[in-house]
Formats: sequence, structure tokens, C-alpha cells
Amino acid sequence: MVDVLIIGSGASGAAAAWSLADTRMKILCLEQGDWMKQSDFPSNGRDWEARRYTDFDLSPNRRKGPWDYPVNDDNSPMKVANFNAVGGGTIMYTAHFPRMHPSDFRVRSLDGVADDWPIDYTTLEPFFAENDRMMGVSGLAGDPAYPPRQPPMPPLPLGKTGTRYAKAMNKLGWHWWPSDSTIATTEYDGRAPCINLGHCTPGCAQGAKASTDITYWPHAIRAGVELRPRCRVREITTNEHGMASGAIYYDADGIEHFQPAEVVIMACNGIGTPRLLLNSASSRFPNGLANSSGLVGKNLMLHPWPQVFGYVDERVDGDRAPMLSLWSKEFYETDPARDFVRGYTLQFTRGTGPVNEAITSAAAGRLPRGQDHHRIYRELLYKRLQIGIACEDLPEEHNRVTLDPVLKDSNGIPAAKIDYRISENCRRMMEHGIARAEEILTAAGATNLYASRTVLNSPGHLLGTARMGNDPERSVVNAWGRCHDVKNLFIVDGSIWVTSGGVNPTSTIQALALYIADSMKQRLATLFD
Amino acid sequence: MLSPAEIRDLRCVAGMMVPASAEYGVPGADDPAIFADILASLDRDFDAVRAALAALAGGSFADLDDVGREAAMQAFEEQGGTAPVTLMRVVVQCYYRDERVVRSLGLEPGPPFPKGRMVEQGDWSLLDPVRVRPKMWRDAPP
Repeated sequence: MVDVLIIGSGASGAAAAWSLADTRMKILCLEQGDWMKQSDFPSNGRDWEARRYTDFDLSPNRRKGPWDYPVNDDNSPMKVANFNAVGGGTIMYTAHFPRMHPSDFRVRSLDGVADDWPIDYTTLEPFFAENDRMMGVSGLAGDPAYPPRQPPMPPLPLGKTGTRYAKAMNKLGWHWWPSDSTIATTEYDGRAPCINLGHCTPGCAQGAKASTDITYWPHAIRAGVELRPRCRVREITTNEHGMASGAIYYDADGIEHFQPAEVVIMACNGIGTPRLLLNSASSRFPNGLANSSGLVGKNLMLHPWPQVFGYVDERVDGDRAPMLSLWSKEFYETDPARDFVRGYTLQFTRGTGPVNEAITSAAAGRLPRGQDHHRIYRELLYKRLQIGIACEDLPEEHNRVTLDPVLKDSNGIPAAKIDYRISENCRRMMEHGIARAEEILTAAGATNLYASRTVLNSPGHLLGTARMGNDPERSVVNAWGRCHDVKNLFIVDGSIWVTSGGVNPTSTIQALALYIADSMKQRLATLFD
Repeated sequence: MLSPAEIRDLRCVAGMMVPASAEYGVPGADDPAIFADILASLDRDFDAVRAALAALAGGSFADLDDVGREAAMQAFEEQGGTAPVTLMRVVVQCYYRDERVVRSLGLEPGPPFPKGRMVEQGDWSLLDPVRVRPKMWRDAPP
């Protein structure tokens, strides 16, 4: 028996484990993936770019690693991105680390859409700061787009590409700022500083990029938390009182175990958590665990993310530095003059490497085969500027996660199926963002522009499928992450998001996990009341 | 493992996609070393490549003359979908890591780690006009 069982060791599970460790409770984390080593990561080998399409592909369906589980995403224009290892999705992310904005928590009050969150930015602010310190964030204070904050390390270099963007944005009179990033720019908590390997997303061979296996977990384990990798949970069990009693899982040899627990915390992401809740149906909970609202799996938000690129007349940074280093919030807040509500972040990408330039420019019809191939390729290589448009995705119940009736993982556990379509509001937002990105690229001297609306390997953040709220009929968990229906079952991952904001979610996911863990600690004597 | 006929077809495709160039001093993607790398790296694309080759002229692509190959390739590309993209990807992901090709681009062959790269810090005074902007975030009701 353990006091606390955490399922999943990624962004949120690690943060919750570390925070709860000071209670001296017996805490166990089950993780279906294994520990990664820096020598595993692609930038160690000559095939570093190609591995983004094989064992380090964003999609578990293509990666098909021993710890991956399939997701039926046929009925979605966007695909699922995840990674299964100790550290979870923080192994496979760009380390771009924007926070949600204060307005993101009040979309109903401010803009009349979706729902307000039951918490606000001010509540999360100390946890954002604590998480910045634990993950090690580089950035620059003074951004007028955010309430004051103080990143602990200096920002990533501007470089040639960033200088192009900066001058273009100043010419247009639009906001830009160095991004918050979890790439270390100095030595930090045992991590070496960035040496511009440039291939940050599929793991950092230098160890400069924060992933929870090298940030939170060493601290949590030293504080007494047990982390058991290669253990895949099949279902959460309940007792005669309707409380969670533990979890049934398979070890690396496929042997079934039962782990009893006083408290269960789910940290399995916006697909894994509803999948596990739905797979935990029982006579007491026939529609899935914690699903009296019927909202488990619904309101899936994936963040549509168009990309626009063009080419300048000189070689710039390409893949010779971290991919993302600047953002613009010029179009983040709602403007009644536009034909959509809410907004987006513009993310300025440095470029791409030799192999990926060939793959993506050929796919975009910019690079021919045949004799002209070499000449045109040389006109493109290291001359790319690329802007990503992180669009806010609003919750809609028809966008959902269910259990696939046929597909199963390697342990025979029913897989998740997603049904998702991009809303009209979001499509208008995407077109607005694409037009602005084209203006910026033109101002930066780029030509030969190309816009992709649903990108090869688009990110597909996983949010909203077990939303938080004060009304048990309209939400799955309460304002501090406890399931309305099962009072010793908590959820700390992105599935509890009410709305998605227009930002990469990891910073806010982790701040929420720290906040929920802290709320639990404040209520230990009355946790189940 | 691809059949000998499939290997012949794929080699023709690779050479058509990225031919050798005397002007740039580079081999084609049908070069023995590069093509061996392509064959050894099909990995998760194996089935898709087989299907694409079968769709190209009914699986006898290499037996066509130059005009026939070009017509078959154009028809294949005009069908769209992921198959042409997959074929291009399996070719160029190996072509653009060949040391001779990489050097011809003015780059140093080899992985980024452990040497790393240098990137200039840039001129942060470019931020000055942004620093003086009034606050942009919206206050939210409690």
C-alpha cells in the first residue's frame, strides 16, 4: 500500500511528485516508458534529422516504440503528439515555455465564449515562478505582454535569424520578445549550457533542455519518491465506498500487478487520462470512472498551428541554434474589429537543417526533382525564415476521446480514438495569423512564401478532456484537481484545462500540477471531505 | 527486403529525383553508397515504399525508357497524397547526410553533438521600442 500513487512521470506527474515529497508520505509513480539517456538522442548520430521520422517521430503511431500506445486519429486533421518515457512529453518538446495570460482564465467573462476557469492567473503566479526555477527557464524580464516575471537565466541568443525578425517587427511596429525557454543558457542545477545543437525537440544530447527526468525527478527521488518505469496501468480500481483503491498494471514482462493506494493522481495527458478513466468503467461507474458529467473525453483541444515560411537572400541560422527563441503577442488578445474571438501567439523559428529543408520544401512544391534540384536546393538551404501560429482552440464537445472498439495496445488495453475538427472561429484565426505572418516575412525580406495549415508533424497538444470547474454536472474535477465523483482521485495533467490559450501548454500544466499538489498539502486532514 | 525488381525501380526513382551533377560536383542519389544507405534506412516506410513502387508503372518502372519513366513519374506525382512525399523523403534523408554532398554545401559532415555550433548574440538594443510599450495584457476579473 502506498499513500499516493501517481500515474505518469511527465510534466505534471513529476512536478506533483516533487511537491508532495515533503509530506513524507509514501509516494509511488508508475511510468509506462523507460529512462532515457542523453546518448539515446538523435543529435549524437549522422542520422539525426531522419530520426524525427522514425523512433523520435512526434506521433506514437509512427514511432511504435516498445512503450508507445496507438491512438486512432484517422478522424482528425491534426495528429497526436506525445512521448512515453520517464519525463513523458518533456523529452519531446521544443522547450518553448510561455505561460497562459491572465485573460485566458476568464474567456466567458471577457469574450462571452466557452467557460471561465475556476482559478485565475494570480492564483497560479507563485507556482509559475516555482516551476520556472525548477525547470530552469531562460528569458528576459520586462515583456509588456505579460505581468512581471523574472526568468532565472538570460535569453537564448538573437542570432542572424532573430535579428531579421526583430528589424521586421520594429518596422511594422508590432510586439516581439525573447521567448521563455527551458533551454539552459548557463550552467543550471547540474545541466550544461546550450551549445546550439539545434535539434532540441527530440531530446538534448547536451542535457541543456529541461525534461523532468533531469529536473524534477532527481530531486523527488532523493526526497524518497519511488519511480517505477516500464509499468503500464490498465485501470484504476474502486472499492465499495466508491473511492479509488489503487491500480492494476502490467510490468515490462507483461505480468499483471495490483498496486493499492490511498490516493491516486492521474498525470497521463489529455488522451491517456480519459482513456484510462473510460477503461476503468465498472458496475459502480458504468460510463467510466469520474464520468457522471459525461464530459470525460469531451472538449478535446489540440491547438491548430499553421506554419508560414519564406526565404531570404543570405544564409541565416537554420538549425544551428535552438529552433524557437522569439514570440509575438501582438495578436493574442481579442480585438472586436476582427472576425474571430481570442487570439494567437506568433512563434519565430530559426529555420531547419539540410535533410528537413529538402523534405519540407519538396512537400511544399518548392524543391523539384531532376536537374534543377541542386540549383534550387542551394537557393533554399539555410535561408528559411518560418513562423508558427499558435491558435487558441476553444472547447467543443464533439471534439472528443473515446475508446476504439478494435484497436488495442501491446498489453491488450483498448486504445483511444479521437474525433476532432477545427472550428470556424479557429479557421478565421488561422487565416488572420497566416496573413500577418506573410506580412512579417515580407518585411524581413523573404520571398517564395508558403503557408501550411495543418503541418506535417504538427504538434497536437492534448488538452481539455477532463475539465475543471465548480459545477459537478459541467466538469470532471473541482478547482483543485479532485474528481467530483471520486474524492481520492486527482488529475493534474492537461486534460483538466477549461480552455487552451494560444500558447505551448507545458509551463501552465506544470504550474497547475504544483498548485494542485499544494492544495492537497493544505488540506491533508480534510482531503476527502 | 525489397525484391531485385523493386530495388532496381527504387534506384531509378532515386536517380531521377536527385541526379548526379558535374556542375556542383555531387553524386546522384543512385550512387552505390547513398543508395545502400537508402535501402538500409527504409525502416517504417518499407510498406509505403513497396506500395508506391507498385503504383509506379505497375511495378516495372526500371524497364521503361526515359520518356516512359518521366511520364509514369509525372502521373504518379499528379495523383498526390503521401506516396510521392514518402518516396522523396526516403531518398533525400540519406542523400543529404552523405559526406560528399554535405561538403559540397559548405557544411561540415557529422552530427551536431558534441562539437555544437556558434550563434551570434545579436543586438538587444533592437528591443528598445518594445520595452517602452504600455502593458498589453488584459486585466481579468477575479
